[in-house]
Amino acid sequence: MKKNGFSVIGKPLPRIDGPAKCAGDTRYADDMVLPRMLFSRLLRSPHPHALVHGVSAKRALELPGVHAVITGADVPTKFGIMPSTQDEEALAVDKVRYVGDPVAAVAAVSEDAAEEALGLIEVDYQVLDPILSIEGALAAEDHRIHTWNRHANIQKAVSFEFGDVDAGFAEADEVFEGTYFFQGNTHLPMEQYCALASYTPDGKLTLWSSTQTPHYVHRALSRVLGLPMGHIRVVATPVGGGFGGKSDPFSHEIAVAKLAMITGRPVKITLNREESFYVHRGRHPVKMWMRTGVKRDGTLTGMWFRSFLDGGGYSSYGLATVYYTGALQTVTYELPAYKFEGVRVFTNKPPCGPKRGHGTPQPRFAMEVQLDEIAEKLGLDPVEMRLKQVVAPDSVTVNGLRVSTIGLRECIEKVAERSGWKDKHRALPDGHGIGFAASSYISGAGLPIYWNDMPHSGVQLRADRGGGVTVFCGSTDIGQGSDSILAFAVAEELGLQPEDVRVVTADTDLTPVDLGSYSSRVTVMTGNAAIQACGNLKERLFEVASEVLEVPADDLEMEEGHVRSRSLPDLGLAFAECVERAETRFGTLGATGSYRPPRHPGDYKGAGVGPTPSYSYSAAVVELHCDADTGEIRIDKVWIAHDCGRAFNPLWVEGQVEGSVYMALGEVLMEEQIFRKSGVHKIPSILEYKSPTTLETPPIETILVETDDPEGPFGAKEAGQGPLLPVIPAVSNAVYDAVGVRIHEIPITPDKILRALDQRLKDPTVPDFAFPAPIRWAPGQGVEVPQKS
Amino acid sequence: MLRLPDFTYIRPRTLAEAAGVLQELGAEAMAVAGGTDVYPKMKRGQFTPRYLVSLSRVEEHRGIRREEARGLWIGAGETLTAVAGHATVRREFPALAAAAGLVSTLQLRNAGTIGGNLFVDTRCNYYDQSFFWRQAVGFCLKKDGDICLVAPKSRVCLAICSSDTAPVLSSLGAEAVLVSARGNRRVPLETLYRDDGIDYLAKRPDELLQGVWIPESSFGWRNVYLKLRRRGSFDFPVLGVAAALRLGAAGACEAVRIVLTAVASAPKVVEDAPRVLCGKPVDAAAIEEAAELAMRVSHPLDNADMDYWYRKRMTRVYVTRALRQLAEVGATTAGPDAAPV
Amino acid sequence: MSTSETITGKRLMRLRVNGEPHEVAGHVTHSLLEVLREEMALTGTKHGCELGECGTCTVLVDGEPVYSCLMLAVEAEGREITTVEGLALQGRPHPLQRAFSDLGAAQCGYCIPGILLAAKALLDKQPNPARADIEEALSGNLCRCTGYTKIIEAVEQAVREVQVQEGTRA
Ligand SMILES: Cc1cc2nc3c(=O)[nH]c(=O)nc-3n(C[C@H](O)[C@H](O)[C@H](O)COP(=O)(O)OP(=O)(O)OC[C@H]3O[C@@H](n4cnc5c(N)ncnc54)[C@H](O)[C@@H]3O)c2cc1C
Ligand code: FES
Ligand code: FES
Repeated sequence: MKKNGFSVIGKPLPRIDGPAKCAGDTRYADDMVLPRMLFSRLLRSPHPHALVHGVSAKRALELPGVHAVITGADVPTKFGIMPSTQDEEALAVDKVRYVGDPVAAVAAVSEDAAEEALGLIEVDYQVLDPILSIEGALAAEDHRIHTWNRHANIQKAVSFEFGDVDAGFAEADEVFEGTYFFQGNTHLPMEQYCALASYTPDGKLTLWSSTQTPHYVHRALSRVLGLPMGHIRVVATPVGGGFGGKSDPFSHEIAVAKLAMITGRPVKITLNREESFYVHRGRHPVKMWMRTGVKRDGTLTGMWFRSFLDGGGYSSYGLATVYYTGALQTVTYELPAYKFEGVRVFTNKPPCGPKRGHGTPQPRFAMEVQLDEIAEKLGLDPVEMRLKQVVAPDSVTVNGLRVSTIGLRECIEKVAERSGWKDKHRALPDGHGIGFAASSYISGAGLPIYWNDMPHSGVQLRADRGGGVTVFCGSTDIGQGSDSILAFAVAEELGLQPEDVRVVTADTDLTPVDLGSYSSRVTVMTGNAAIQACGNLKERLFEVASEVLEVPADDLEMEEGHVRSRSLPDLGLAFAECVERAETRFGTLGATGSYRPPRHPGDYKGAGVGPTPSYSYSAAVVELHCDADTGEIRIDKVWIAHDCGRAFNPLWVEGQVEGSVYMALGEVLMEEQIFRKSGVHKIPSILEYKSPTTLETPPIETILVETDDPEGPFGAKEAGQGPLLPVIPAVSNAVYDAVGVRIHEIPITPDKILRALDQRLKDPTVPDFAFPAPIRWAPGQGVEVPQKS
Repeated sequence: MLRLPDFTYIRPRTLAEAAGVLQELGAEAMAVAGGTDVYPKMKRGQFTPRYLVSLSRVEEHRGIRREEARGLWIGAGETLTAVAGHATVRREFPALAAAAGLVSTLQLRNAGTIGGNLFVDTRCNYYDQSFFWRQAVGFCLKKDGDICLVAPKSRVCLAICSSDTAPVLSSLGAEAVLVSARGNRRVPLETLYRDDGIDYLAKRPDELLQGVWIPESSFGWRNVYLKLRRRGSFDFPVLGVAAALRLGAAGACEAVRIVLTAVASAPKVVEDAPRVLCGKPVDAAAIEEAAELAMRVSHPLDNADMDYWYRKRMTRVYVTRALRQLAEVGATTAGPDAAPV
Repeated sequence: MSTSETITGKRLMRLRVNGEPHEVAGHVTHSLLEVLREEMALTGTKHGCELGECGTCTVLVDGEPVYSCLMLAVEAEGREITTVEGLALQGRPHPLQRAFSDLGAAQCGYCIPGILLAAKALLDKQPNPARADIEEALSGNLCRCTGYTKIIEAVEQAVREVQVQEGTRA
């Protein structure tokens, strides 16, 4: 039966991949075995910074069972996810930039033989001083990690002023300042990285990989291996967790591809857990400084935010990350003037990249903690203070972002109400506390990673004479349920059951391009593309049905496996029969659909980061208690409300929200990607890198707020990343409520709490740095865009 | 996938035979029970035995039984799950049930034995790393290197005792029964530990543990174990406090033992605790004094999770809490998992 | 006379997996995990660390959950091994599998085989576990996707379903 006019959307139905996953039947990359398969391992640098003068594989090649060894010379072409910062090499050509940087790759008959061979490869290193801190990177003018960048170890420095910030501060009754530090952390998906390559005698290469972005891997392979894209097939296997960590093209993928080409045999590589800490691409450590001007009633008059990102050895997504640390401060609360300066530096550590919330959890932490402090100082309720200045729907922010629907007010009201905020805030017994914060995230990046005007997502549909439908799309299910999104969108549109829709995804030979599972783009973009494809198919189905049923085509709808007349519901044609007739009439039936996000008003350089079809909103309340003797925090409960546009499927949205809350709790309480003074990762194991277990995970109450966004498929927005954001500052604010100390540093560990209680915890410092002159922009300057694309 | 290096696997049926094989093969052989300590370390290249002498087929080191007048016998080959779940252990020695039950995870406790737990290798985050990592940092005294990376001036290795059950059994005055080709001996468990991260056991490598006796005289003691670690499962202790005390009829403390784990290479007995606690009721002042003493002898270093000053400071807090529990609540309270967060 | 058994290199192992006897040539150094996945193609059992630190490789040996990455295959001989492939009963999914699937407790799904087995071991012992018992029983299995919320709810739902089936609950 249809609910809200939908037959499958909005209902708590199971995912299409659930039964196989629960049967242990889903084949992840490492479960694959091909005949004659060889195994690869990578030799990694033990030095954080060194020149590579030579690599000799002679002894390794003599080892029985070793089929090939490759080095940087075999794959010298640079690559990288962002077109303007291609600074990675599959295997170091002349320099290594972090402990774990790959230097050579072996293919052998077994993993053991490959491992043994690594020990026989001789590398001539000239060790250089490592640069391991943001300050160190900025200070080392002539000691450079890369030379392609313009200056010292600065990958990118940006500066913007939106509106008149000085005027904003002048207008303020009070101006607040603070410094903050968000330690880096990593994704730690349960599945370790794995890729398998096969090169067949016809000169065609296939790579199966646990990747979130098969399309970008496809491009990188073509570039580095010098093969036409048409000769390469990339298949993303079911991904055993990604969270952003499997979004770059990686050395191990290129290495097995090259080794397969050299040996003519399939080659597989599975990285071990320790290596996943070196591959990394996780949350950037960010130092922040923030100044906020407010009226006595809490109204924001201006904000100035500075971020310093510790990028690690390579660029990865860093160009986007630095912009993201400053982009979304404006979309939650009305902000008339805003200045943002950010810089990302290179250091000799594993490269940082996108992790759930990409570049936005750090500034959101700073901002929501500062707002809590402001409310405290002004004697305002932090919830009320925010409610007063929620951004209006259908508005343009000071930095040119177009906000369509916004459910933030309802999110804030709901979490406050459900958690009993009013009765608890500043009223709980000693040691117990409650904290609040809110946030926003994008539902897909507005621009593709490489400049082009093609669709971001494409869908092909094939209707079978037997009544089956297959949907083909390049999207990648990393556990978020994107395959199910496609099946449900198509089922809804064609009046079928989701289980009658076959889904073929993430295969560059079979499926049209979808850019990948990052930036929370998949539901909105593939959903829209699928709806469009269904529309195109329906046109032809309705044309024949209208003749058969003798009703006008615009009176037809698809429901319960039939094409039906709306006005005369008894008149209908079974779907299979309709397909048969349509195929008779038109020949083979297929249809395509595609999606490109709408433009945003901002037209300044750098305006590409931040725009999205729609912003999701979240608000969280965290209740916890803190033991003042030990500094230990126990989270009692998290209430989280999330504006997901429409709950495409409430179970899946809740699952994304709960997972986000979990990941946030890990980050705020215990997870740290930390290094020794020598530049070596301090704790590269899943035992010592602390990930919360069932025993640390509190009950989570999820409240879904629906805004029915006009950009979204069936009104949906993202849900996979945004809900992580408010939880981290909410914990910090709750700690203050519990024990009266402000912790400006993530993670908030017991020792920091004790130090703060002893008044020994210093606020983080930020470096001195001369940012470039700002790009100035103000609303009204940008391009006019219609509200709905 | 991390794999084990090659070895020859020998499965004797008796302890004497096993001890004989160990003696014969010398330094290249190693005993293995549940393997939950041995196998990860072999995969990381920390242990490199050519021969593994498995105790899995040995029967004589199994069983947990109460013997009138002799005490409680716990066979070394019993799993931690069995120890933690045993009715007598739970009733009489809740500290031991807690300590065994707080080791890592259920899966691990189902395989890991109490014998292995008592002799578990000392830990250090410069040492419990892969070969690649140790090579990158520079090898340490304990394996392949010649300096202690925690304290380069130290002549001894500072890896820490990380057993949860060793401090408890020490606090309960347990005695170990060791079997070797030369015969058996029975010694106070406590005397088997040395404060040296490398040579942390005062026994010959071919001596096998058959089991431990908790003597009859320890029945009736109140006992508790509190464990500090980041998470409620998986994690080794970064501080453990085992406390046992006997109260007289008038409520005065007649005897007390406090033993710490994870603050030195051996379980650390707080020698002065009886001096401040015995002969009077266990009151707040006495507890405070004992806790202060314990903190003074607790020397955590920067080689495990959580800051060392924090772990030192927690010694006082945990000892205070342990003693309060014993003083107030009575004999049969299991120490709650003090795991935070 | 020594009664010691000495095993080197490869040998024919007799393993009982999911109720079926198997003979496989396995190396003495192989963990049960390696033999299941690589010699028997039972790839439903996953791995995430191979060091006993994550729980992904959990299987049941004589009904008890253990980490297959830390158990030698030769030690599993003569014992009853259950993997995720053996959970279904005559082709019908186990109530746990059904509940996990219905509630969306499997996101990426990678931790799920291990968690299902840990949950089964719990239910076999304790047919009516409290929430805290479930949390405790699953605390040796990490999941990075779900926050455990739907996983715990799914175990609770399976409990109810079994009770209904067995007539102990209306
Ligand atoms: C992820 C992880 C977490 C862990 N957490 C904890 C923890 O929280 N607390 C803790 O205490 N331990 C912990 N351990 C260590 C270990 O698993 C346990 O201590 C376990 O009890 C060891 O028992 P086993 O039978 O597996 O020992 P094995 O690995 O078989 O042996 C350990 C040592 O004891 C020796 N040995 C074993 N039995 C005998 C015997 N009868 N006579 C003489 N020597 C013997 C072996 O030769 C070896 O040196 C952890 C291990 C892992 C992998
Ligand atoms: S693979 Fe992680 S515990 Fe076995
Ligand atoms: S579902 Fe992905 S790790 Fe649990």
